[in-house]
Amino acid sequence: MTRGRFGGISRRRMLQGTAALAASTGVPTGWAIAQAKPLKVGLMLPYSGTFAKLGENITFAVETLLAEKGGKLGGREIQFVKLDDESKPENGPQNADRLVKRDQVDVLIGTVHSGVQMGIHKVVKESGTLTIIPNAGNNVVTRAECAKNVFRTSFTNWQPAHGMGLELGRRGIKKAAWVTWDYAAGQESGEGFKQGLEKHGGQLVQLLTLKFPETNFQPLLAQIPNLGVEVVGSFFAGGGAVQFVKEYAAAGIKVPLCGSGFLTEGTLGAQGDAANGIETALHYGDGLDNPKNLAFRKAFKDKAGRDADVYAVQGYDAAQLLAIGLEAVKGNMDDEAGLYKAMRAAKIDSPRGSISMAPSQNVTQNIYLRKVQGGENKVVGVAAENLADPGTGCTLA
Amino acid sequence: MDIASLLVQLLNGVQYGLLLFLIASGLTLIFGVMGIINLAHGSLFMLGAYSAFLVARATGSLWLAVPAGLAGGALFGLILERGLFRRFYTRDHLDQVLLTFALILLFEETRSLLVGNDFYSVPVPAILDFSIPITSGFAYSAYRFAVIALCLVLAATLFFWIERTKTGAIIRAAAEKPEMVDVLGIDSRRIHATVFAVGTSLAVIAGVLAAPLYSVYPGMGDGFLIISFVVVVIGGLGSVSGAFWAALVIGLVDTLGKAYVPKAAGLAIYVLMAAVLLWRPSGLFGQRA
Repeated sequence: MTRGRFGGISRRRMLQGTAALAASTGVPTGWAIAQAKPLKVGLMLPYSGTFAKLGENITFAVETLLAEKGGKLGGREIQFVKLDDESKPENGPQNADRLVKRDQVDVLIGTVHSGVQMGIHKVVKESGTLTIIPNAGNNVVTRAECAKNVFRTSFTNWQPAHGMGLELGRRGIKKAAWVTWDYAAGQESGEGFKQGLEKHGGQLVQLLTLKFPETNFQPLLAQIPNLGVEVVGSFFAGGGAVQFVKEYAAAGIKVPLCGSGFLTEGTLGAQGDAANGIETALHYGDGLDNPKNLAFRKAFKDKAGRDADVYAVQGYDAAQLLAIGLEAVKGNMDDEAGLYKAMRAAKIDSPRGSISMAPSQNVTQNIYLRKVQGGENKVVGVAAENLADPGTGCTLA
Repeated sequence: MDIASLLVQLLNGVQYGLLLFLIASGLTLIFGVMGIINLAHGSLFMLGAYSAFLVARATGSLWLAVPAGLAGGALFGLILERGLFRRFYTRDHLDQVLLTFALILLFEETRSLLVGNDFYSVPVPAILDFSIPITSGFAYSAYRFAVIALCLVLAATLFFWIERTKTGAIIRAAAEKPEMVDVLGIDSRRIHATVFAVGTSLAVIAGVLAAPLYSVYPGMGDGFLIISFVVVVIGGLGSVSGAFWAALVIGLVDTLGKAYVPKAAGLAIYVLMAAVLLWRPSGLFGQRA
């Protein structure tokens, strides 16, 4: 009963609102109406659960860019529709559907979790809604399943690990092992690492995995001294990365540990001395002193009250990419061809350095070599310059 | 496979098995004596791990969490038994399963409200924060040795209590022939409360000890619960010594499986369970068919 009455009121309100809007703007037609309306940007991100902080940082970063642009992109006011996806893959399709069908968003920015991304991908491939991925790194959405309306400003799982593999290969490493959780991100990064090594004649001799999110690393670690490898590469993230790095150090294994950057990203406080000296590769790091990065970090801190991280940068660039597209078509989203053309050709001045879009619409970027020193992921070099994901199986060109 | 690394893996298996025993012993006792399948037993383990994390964060050390976990776990078990489980002994299994399933949801939600859903690592106590080299390339953390020692002490105490004391004799009797205990005029309500308190306390302390080894994360009890059920079934329902040997076997099979035949490791313990059930349907040490 209550629901019915509430529904009635809100429907009436909406009608009144629409009438008022029509009255105030006269009787415009066609794309003039579209121009007057604010552009609806759906933010489908985790605002609760393990990845809540990532979702918040991406949101703050998108808002930071919007503030820099004076609150408008391509002349259009922006209206955000935020939806907490809770990082629950089972609700992914339904949540994406709500944004696309019920809220009728013009653009969808999301999300963090790869499983939820698959749900979004299914929905937006069908609806054709412009989608920008600010984190989830599953290769497939910009490979075999790529779509002309889906762009990614973060990374593929393959990219950072490939950078690490290339770097080790160049140093003459012949034999390495890869330790990870047995799930998509772990396997895809392992594949990237392997291919990087192989480019310079190295070899991945052993793949050690355990079930996600188990943390019983001990049976894997005890095998490492006998593998005869010169280095161990690894992909873990968050709490699992903390536990793994600490146990690796406690096991006194002499083989050096390295990895995809997430191994030491946002986890150094908890890892303490155990992480010292670990080399990782990622598209961002501490101590990048280009002016864009310094300005962004300051603006972000003013807005969010905390330091920017790699997720904030990815979110900021998602908004930058959208701005480039909308400016090119002066806010007219109906000019789809013009919009996508501008976005595909975008050269973005990112806090991580200059980035662009590969034909598969995944970001092409520097992968930096970082070393843990004094509680920071200090950038010590470039592991791979302007590294593009191969985009295998994607037919966009 | 060389001897040194096999030794390390055996150590890993024993350590894992002993931790499983702490969880499974409570599970098997509660089932044996009260006939209740406590699905929330894994959540009690999870609560123990999170309380260890909270104690470590507040006091900077894990030490306080060990006695607090033992005592607090026993008290919590007593409250659960008096407040809830007592009313369900005569109900059918579906009601009992629903009760314990509801407790899982309740415990996980409470954890989520109080601590959130983050994955936290728990530091090893400073005094044990060193490693003992076992082979030239591998060391074993002192904390793991301490966990093995503490588990053995707890297991020995439990055995002594069950096998050598009067209360223990009554508990064994209650697990095998509950009617007899009633006929003899023994207050079975006290036995129930005691068994539940001890079982809960063991699950909580297992969680406390496991926190620095595995970190704490939502739903961490689920995996341990399932494996503990396998232990209970292999060991024989209601048998503490059965749970002990079965826990060691499962710990070793799982660890060696992961180390030497990773492709089949996930399946190995279930194949083992099926084989044991075919050979001895009431488990290795089970009395009742």
